Amino acid sequence: MLLDVKALQASYGATRVLHGMSFGMAPGSITTLLGANGAGKTTTLRAVCGMVKTGGEITFDGRRIDGKATEDIVRLGIAHVPDGRGTFAHLTTEENLRLGAYTRKDKARVHEDIERMYGYFPRLKERRRQQAGTLSGGEQQMLAVSRALMLRPKLLLLDEPSFGLAPLVVRELFGILRAVNQAERVSMLVVEQNAALALEVADHAYVLETGRVVLSGTAQHVRNDDAVRRSYLGY
Amino acid sequence: MSEAIVHQVFAGLATGGIYASLALALVMIYQATHLVNFAQGEMAMFCTYIGWSLLQTGLGYWPAFLLTVAVGFVLGVLIERIVIRPIERTSVLSVVVVFIGLLAILNSVAGWIFTYTIKPFPSPFPESLANPLMSPHELGSILVTLVMLALLYLFFRFTPLGLAMRAAAQNPESSRLVGIRVGWMLALGWGLASAIGAVAGMMVAPVVYLDPNMMGGILLYAFAAALLGGIDNPLGAVLGGFIMGVLENLLGAFVIGNDLKLAVALVLIVGVLLVRPSGLFGTVHVSRV
Repeated sequence: MLLDVKALQASYGATRVLHGMSFGMAPGSITTLLGANGAGKTTTLRAVCGMVKTGGEITFDGRRIDGKATEDIVRLGIAHVPDGRGTFAHLTTEENLRLGAYTRKDKARVHEDIERMYGYFPRLKERRRQQAGTLSGGEQQMLAVSRALMLRPKLLLLDEPSFGLAPLVVRELFGILRAVNQAERVSMLVVEQNAALALEVADHAYVLETGRVVLSGTAQHVRNDDAVRRSYLGY
Repeated sequence: MSEAIVHQVFAGLATGGIYASLALALVMIYQATHLVNFAQGEMAMFCTYIGWSLLQTGLGYWPAFLLTVAVGFVLGVLIERIVIRPIERTSVLSVVVVFIGLLAILNSVAGWIFTYTIKPFPSPFPESLANPLMSPHELGSILVTLVMLALLYLFFRFTPLGLAMRAAAQNPESSRLVGIRVGWMLALGWGLASAIGAVAGMMVAPVVYLDPNMMGGILLYAFAAALLGGIDNPLGAVLGGFIMGVLENLLGAFVIGNDLKLAVALVLIVGVLLVRPSGLFGTVHVSRV
C-alpha cells in the first residue's frame, strides 16, 4: 500500500467530521472519494497532509505521517491541490510554479518541468508573467494542478479539480491527469462532486457517508452499485 | 531662495532614506503579522548602541558596521522566536501590548547599560564626498540606503529564499503545502527588518546623536511614510519615506519652522487615515459584512 489510512478521526472544534475512516491506495492508482457535501471528503484530504488534527493511523510509503507537520509530509512526496485552489494571488504564474518545486534538490530540472507544465497548459505560458490572482478560474485551477505536479509527487491529492471549470476544460484536465498518472506513475486521490467523471478516470472508489466508508471497490464495481447510481450518477 | 530650496530637498532625501528604510522594515513585519511593530525603532536604536560599542573596541568603521548588521539580524530572529512566536495566535491586542512592552524594555535596557548621556556617533564618509548640494554624510547615507534597498530588491525578486519569504507572508497555508517552513520564514523576516533598522540607526545617529530616545520621532516619520505609501506595499513605503523626508524639510525650513516639524508626520498620519486609508499604493481592502 502506498497510502494506508486506519480508523481516522477528525473534528472541527466540538464537531466530529470523521468517525473512524479506513481506506488504502495501491501505488500508481487513481482512487476517488465520493459522497455528499459534509461527508468528510475534504477533511480526509486535509488530514492526510497534516492540516487538521487527527486520531488514528496514516501510513505513507511505509512511514507513519499522522501528527507530522504539513511541510514535512510534503517533503515525503505528497502534493495537495486544495479546495479553493490556494494559488499565491500576488505572485506571477511562473513564481507559483517555482514555489511548487521549492523542496526539490534537482534545481537544474525544475526549468524543464516548468516548460512541461506549459506544454500541458499553453494558457499558463501566455500568462507566465501575470499575477496569478488575475487569472480566470479555469486558469487558476490549471495553475494549482501544475504547481502540485512541480513537486514531482508520489501522491497527488486533488480536491474538486473540476470545480468552476467549463466542461471542455474538465475533459482536458482529466485527460492530462490520466496521462501523468500513466507516464510517471503518480498516484492520485481525487475528491470530486462530478461522480460520473471521477468513476471514469479512477481505478478504485470509496463512498463516504457522514465520516465513514459505506462502500468500496473497483470503480467498475462502485459504478454498478444501485444506491450509487441513484444517489450520485442520477439514473 | 531657489538654491536654498534645492539644498533642503537634497537634505530631505538623506533623512528620507532613513525613513524609507524603517518604513520598509515596518511593512515587512506588517505583511507577515498584519500589525505595526512599535518596537522597530527601539530595536534599531539598540543595534546602533551595539555598533557604538564595537567602535569603542577600536574596530574599523565598516567591519563594525557589518558586524552590527549581523547582530541586528540575529536579534530580530531571536525576538521573533522567543517573544513573538508564542503569542502569534492570540488576540491582536496581546501582540500590540507585547510590541509596546518590547519598546519599553529595549529603551530601558539601553539606558541602563549605556546611560542616558547623549553620545556622538561617527560618520564614515570622507570629506571628498562634499559637494555644493549635500554634506558628505547626507550623500553617503543616501548611497548606503540605495545600495541596501537594491540588494533587498534583488534578494526578494530573484532568489528562491526571497520568493519563499514573500509566499510565506502572503499565504501561509499554501506555503506549507509546497513545503516552506513558514515559521522560519517569518523569523528571517524579523531578522531582515531588524538588520535594516540597524543600518538606518547607524546612518541617522551622526545626525541626531546617540541616545536611547533617538528613534522616537524617527519611527513616527517612518510610520507616516509607510501609511502614505501603503502599509502593505514595500515600494510604496520606500517612496513614502523619501516624500516624507523632503516634505518635512521643506515645511520645516520655509513654512512652519523647526519646532513644528513632527506635527507634519502626525497630520499626515491622520490625513491619510481619513482620506485614503490604503495610502498611495496600498491594496484597498473590501470585506462583506
